[in-house]
Amino acid sequence: MKKIYSIAFLVIVSIILISISSFQIQNESSLKKEKSLASFKQMLTVIKHPRCMNCHPSDDSPRQGDDRHVHLFNVQRGNDNEGLAAMRCNACHQKTNNPYSNVPGAPKWHLAPIGMAWQGLTDEQIGESILNEKTNGGKNLEELVHHMTEDTLVLWAWNPGKGRALPPLNQAQFAKAVKDWAENGAVVK
Amino acid sequence: MKIDFTVNGNPQTVDVPENMPLLWVIRDVLDMKGTKFGCGQAACGSCTIHIDGDAVRSCSFAAQYAQNKHITTIEGLSTAEKLHPVQQAWIEEIVPQCGYCQPGFMMSVANLLDKIPNPTDEEIDDYITNICRCGTYYRMRKAIHRAVQLK
Repeated sequence: MKKIYSIAFLVIVSIILISISSFQIQNESSLKKEKSLASFKQMLTVIKHPRCMNCHPSDDSPRQGDDRHVHLFNVQRGNDNEGLAAMRCNACHQKTNNPYSNVPGAPKWHLAPIGMAWQGLTDEQIGESILNEKTNGGKNLEELVHHMTEDTLVLWAWNPGKGRALPPLNQAQFAKAVKDWAENGAVVK
Repeated sequence: MKIDFTVNGNPQTVDVPENMPLLWVIRDVLDMKGTKFGCGQAACGSCTIHIDGDAVRSCSFAAQYAQNKHITTIEGLSTAEKLHPVQQAWIEEIVPQCGYCQPGFMMSVANLLDKIPNPTDEEIDDYITNICRCGTYYRMRKAIHRAVQLK
């Protein structure tokens, strides 16, 4: 009889211990989720800023300026996102900002492919689009972090040239938000 | 900064500040005045030249990026014997009014016809975004279609 009691006791204790630890795990995971989502919200302030959004249109016209007006001169996307055959992005945009014409420039100046369109999306949809390898140019999470923290065209946003507003986070803050977001599970909702 | 490139087939070496607009190099250093300065902001197209086969607005092109490139200016569009079809069409349709923007227009149109040999009116509207203050657009459109035939 004593034996049965002690076995029952052990069973009960183990059940209690297991549920405590699973509660802790659950708690930890919801904390991580919260952290990730908070980082994503920070990222959104940059992602939705004209410096980023102007080149992620949902149609074929790039946008310009802090007021996001349609690019002057009927400039269009073209088949390869680098302009029409005889009206290429590089007709005016070179590898660096131009101090004379004040035309902005960075290596590989081009529009984000139409799959990466963000204009008109909700925050959640933007997040899902960024994570979806079908719409983010086939990037896994690691490559995505690399794109958002090291791509030279992305980094241009913090060196946009005279008369163009900077994103609300500086580049180091944004990079940290992206890394924290990814490390804590890349949560977008 | 020393920069080597060719202009209309001729090798050139210039020593200029790296960010000097290529337009200034062409006009003021090489003394080729056919390419015009219009707005200086890559907005009007009067400074259009070809760099490695693409139409480029040279007022917004830093000299440093011309290294080893092949550049064609309006002076190089025709040969000594024969006008370029675009130039011939321009004469036949009596396009120019004041004429200032025309070198840039002809360079843009020549590039368009290299890439799209028989453009529609819509393609002409999309690809030729230069500005003519005299409003010769209607004549240019006719000339572009004529240049297609001449080609």
